[in-house]
Amino acid sequence: MTILWIIAGSALLVSLIVDRRKTRAALIKGLRMFLGIVPILLGVLALVSVILAAVTPEMMERLLSGKGLLPFFTALSIGSVALIPGFIAYPLAGVLRQHGASNAVLAAFITSLMMVGVLTLPIEARFFGWPVSLLRNALALIGALIVAGGMAWVLV
Amino acid sequence: MGAGMRAARKACSAIINTWSWLLVVGVASLWGYSRVSGGFGLGLRAGESLLTFLIEMALVLPPMFLLVGLFEVWVPRELVERYVGRRAGIAAISWMVLLATMQAGPLYAAFPVAMSLWRKGCSPRNVFIYLGAFSTLKIPMVTFEVAFLGWQFSVARSAITIPVFILLAIIMERMLPSNYMPPGLDDLSPGV
Repeated sequence: MTILWIIAGSALLVSLIVDRRKTRAALIKGLRMFLGIVPILLGVLALVSVILAAVTPEMMERLLSGKGLLPFFTALSIGSVALIPGFIAYPLAGVLRQHGASNAVLAAFITSLMMVGVLTLPIEARFFGWPVSLLRNALALIGALIVAGGMAWVLV
Repeated sequence: MGAGMRAARKACSAIINTWSWLLVVGVASLWGYSRVSGGFGLGLRAGESLLTFLIEMALVLPPMFLLVGLFEVWVPRELVERYVGRRAGIAAISWMVLLATMQAGPLYAAFPVAMSLWRKGCSPRNVFIYLGAFSTLKIPMVTFEVAFLGWQFSVARSAITIPVFILLAIIMERMLPSNYMPPGLDDLSPGV
């Protein structure tokens, strides 16, 4: 995160030194994009935070630590819908493993969490359009299924 | 795009924007109410996670959009086309993966970068390779994975994921019309 700020800061500085007017144009462009996305982003984040609050870690443990195909597909669906930052998702995955969740279930949860974003679809559609966003998410879900299946095969 | 469609889109985003603000105010007041009344854990937890999200957003998005703005102004189209365009070779894949893994933050922070690359002549295949690598191989995230799930898990997952997202990107490119350009945010300025 810090590195990102350093890179952006130094790029801005260099740009300012080389050409002020171009830098101004760049700032306006970036700001316009940012402001264009902020309202919808806030809405999605608010919605996600309510859903996240309603689903407790204990509930997740109960749902994901059994045997068979049910926890696997539950993990895939929760992962696809939810938006959980990595620094919360991985510790949670560690706890789930201690409670008996298999590697395939963990991979299904983590991979769909990272690649598929049902709740963030409105944000994605602002950038790429609805058809492309829906297609990308559908394919990513299939991808997460393949990855999780592969994990079950590689790590027993 | 026709005038009617544009108007419909404007109306649609106006409704979404209003609802978004209402939702934020709703969660904030839920949190405030829970705070004052003592009980009601749901409101407290929702408020706390919203705050976490807002902090994450405030940390990642400003530098990201700054870089996108500078990229749009400074980087010539020919350069993007030559290295990661439709005629670029296999090396383009490693460029995209390298760019993506160096970053941090939630997937929605990668969308503006991806869109900007796309509109500058990056091929759709490479755009989706970038998104795939960003979502699954970011170095800060993988270090977390190693810490909590072990390196075996991490290595196996990465090894399986890389060919999968490359394949998905190739399929995406095949399925899209060859002249497709993402709509972008230019006609969706604030207040619309």
